[in-house]
Amino acid sequence: MSAFDCVTAARANDRPTSIDYITRIFGDSFFELHGDRRFSDDKAVIGGIAELNGKPVTVIGLEKGRNLKERMERNFGSAHPEGYRKALRLMKQAEKFHRPVICFVDTSGAYCGIGAEERGQGQAIAENLMEMMTLKTPVLSILIGEGGSGGALALAVADEVWMLENAIYSVISPEGCASILWKDSSKTAEASECLKLTSQDLFKLGVIERIIREPKGVESKLFDSLKNLIADTFDKKSRISPEKLIEMRYSRFRKF
Amino acid sequence: MDERYEIQIGKVCVLSTKDMLFNFLKPKNELENQGEFAENHPYIPEELWVKCPVCKNAILSSDLVENHKVCPKCNYHFRIAARQRIEMTVDEGTFNEMDAEMTSVNIIDFPDYPRKLRSAKLNSGENESVITGTAEINGEKCVIAVMNSQFMMGSMGTVTGEKITRAFEYATVHSLPVVVFTVSGGARMQEGILSLMQMAKTSGAVKRHSDAGLLYITVLTDPTTGGVTASFAMEGDIILAEPHALIGFAGPRVIEQTIRQKLPKDFQSAEFLLDKGFIDAVVPRNDMKSTLAKLIRLHTESKEEEAETDECV
Ligand SMILES: [Zn+2]
Repeated sequence: MSAFDCVTAARANDRPTSIDYITRIFGDSFFELHGDRRFSDDKAVIGGIAELNGKPVTVIGLEKGRNLKERMERNFGSAHPEGYRKALRLMKQAEKFHRPVICFVDTSGAYCGIGAEERGQGQAIAENLMEMMTLKTPVLSILIGEGGSGGALALAVADEVWMLENAIYSVISPEGCASILWKDSSKTAEASECLKLTSQDLFKLGVIERIIREPKGVESKLFDSLKNLIADTFDKKSRISPEKLIEMRYSRFRKF
Repeated sequence: MDERYEIQIGKVCVLSTKDMLFNFLKPKNELENQGEFAENHPYIPEELWVKCPVCKNAILSSDLVENHKVCPKCNYHFRIAARQRIEMTVDEGTFNEMDAEMTSVNIIDFPDYPRKLRSAKLNSGENESVITGTAEINGEKCVIAVMNSQFMMGSMGTVTGEKITRAFEYATVHSLPVVVFTVSGGARMQEGILSLMQMAKTSGAVKRHSDAGLLYITVLTDPTTGGVTASFAMEGDIILAEPHALIGFAGPRVIEQTIRQKLPKDFQSAEFLLDKGFIDAVVPRNDMKSTLAKLIRLHTESKEEEAETDECV
């Protein structure tokens, strides 16, 4: 598969979204929590508490929506500052109650608009980066589709970052890159290659710890194996002291 | 396009000696076009007349330099290079540069990046988009980092992030406050995901410095956008900005393309952010040094008192 094939697959409308992962992994145990307690409830970010093998976890996901109506409601997964603030509120809550945090990342990027700027999009992302770095509880982020720049990173300062085989993670969209490089936004295939945005590339660069295979046509396999992997990882991480954990998290990002 | 913004990134170009020496052309917004803009942006030559893009008055460029490149007629703040910024901010002879020789390599084999780097170095006379070091500001010791718009529009590459991270780590070890002057078009596309990782890396270093109870002041200058805004620029205990500086997450052109409408006048200006509650104060360039010194002093005094109280107990 070429880099551009990955871009296409990562953006495909029939690709499972965060809600699918949450439903299939956590089932009925997921209880959704709303709002940032500052401004509003951003529907591009879904969050709540769930049970994983009998243990509570905080679950946060960037949600694109599964049909046109949902996509409109959820702003196509592009969060406003209040979305990132809701996520941070839930992470702080997780820290307080000593439960691990799992983030599902799927966004073309943080929203670019008047309201987003007025309410401090940059500040909201910056605060998440800073606070997640020292969150005294295990954090795991999984890039399930698109990982668009700062808007994705704001939920991916984690102890481990995993990526679905055909997900992408990039500092700029291939279209944006092409229009800057060649003044031609249609050269997305070439730009996709240049950006090194596939799971393979990112694994080689040490940006992710694990690639999750996408079995053809058997999604249930994916969710079952992912559930076990997440549970195992949290078991291991919960045995590490919070001080050691944040020391390791700092080193993880310090190496870049 | 917002007229103020167009004017602020106005290009100075020599036309002819007959008519007038300088004329300002209105460029398109080149913020996302990393490097290109800086390359076409000659800085003010000495001993010539310069036309202020806002009030249109002709100013003798030596007068302009003397006034820290602020128009004496209308207070317009011209962009300045990082070395000049350091010169006008720190006490003479106190600046000790750190990691001066550190330089970027083409880690992900991005097309044309080596050439871009070479021209950025030639254009700016610097090795990277940030200069870091220790200094004194009116006798107050600090670590200072100053970004440079002449180097690929202050874009954040791995070395930029590394130098800033090292500056914070040094300050944490030596219990020093940090002052950072930002100017940036955002992440450096040519370093791909590793550029994005600098946002997390620098934020981690800022957090450790902050958790050690140390002061961090950011000074946002024109323009500060993208990944720098969404990381260390917005993480200061105190956030200052120069008058009329453009500050935002997304660049104005990107927003206009997304929402398909024109942005209101002065949107994303320093004054706008002050009004929205995202910065503490807009400080004119000529007051910056004394303001920084005062703020640092206010924090060192309380520290000394704390130490004394501890001794009493
Ligand atoms: Zn003027």
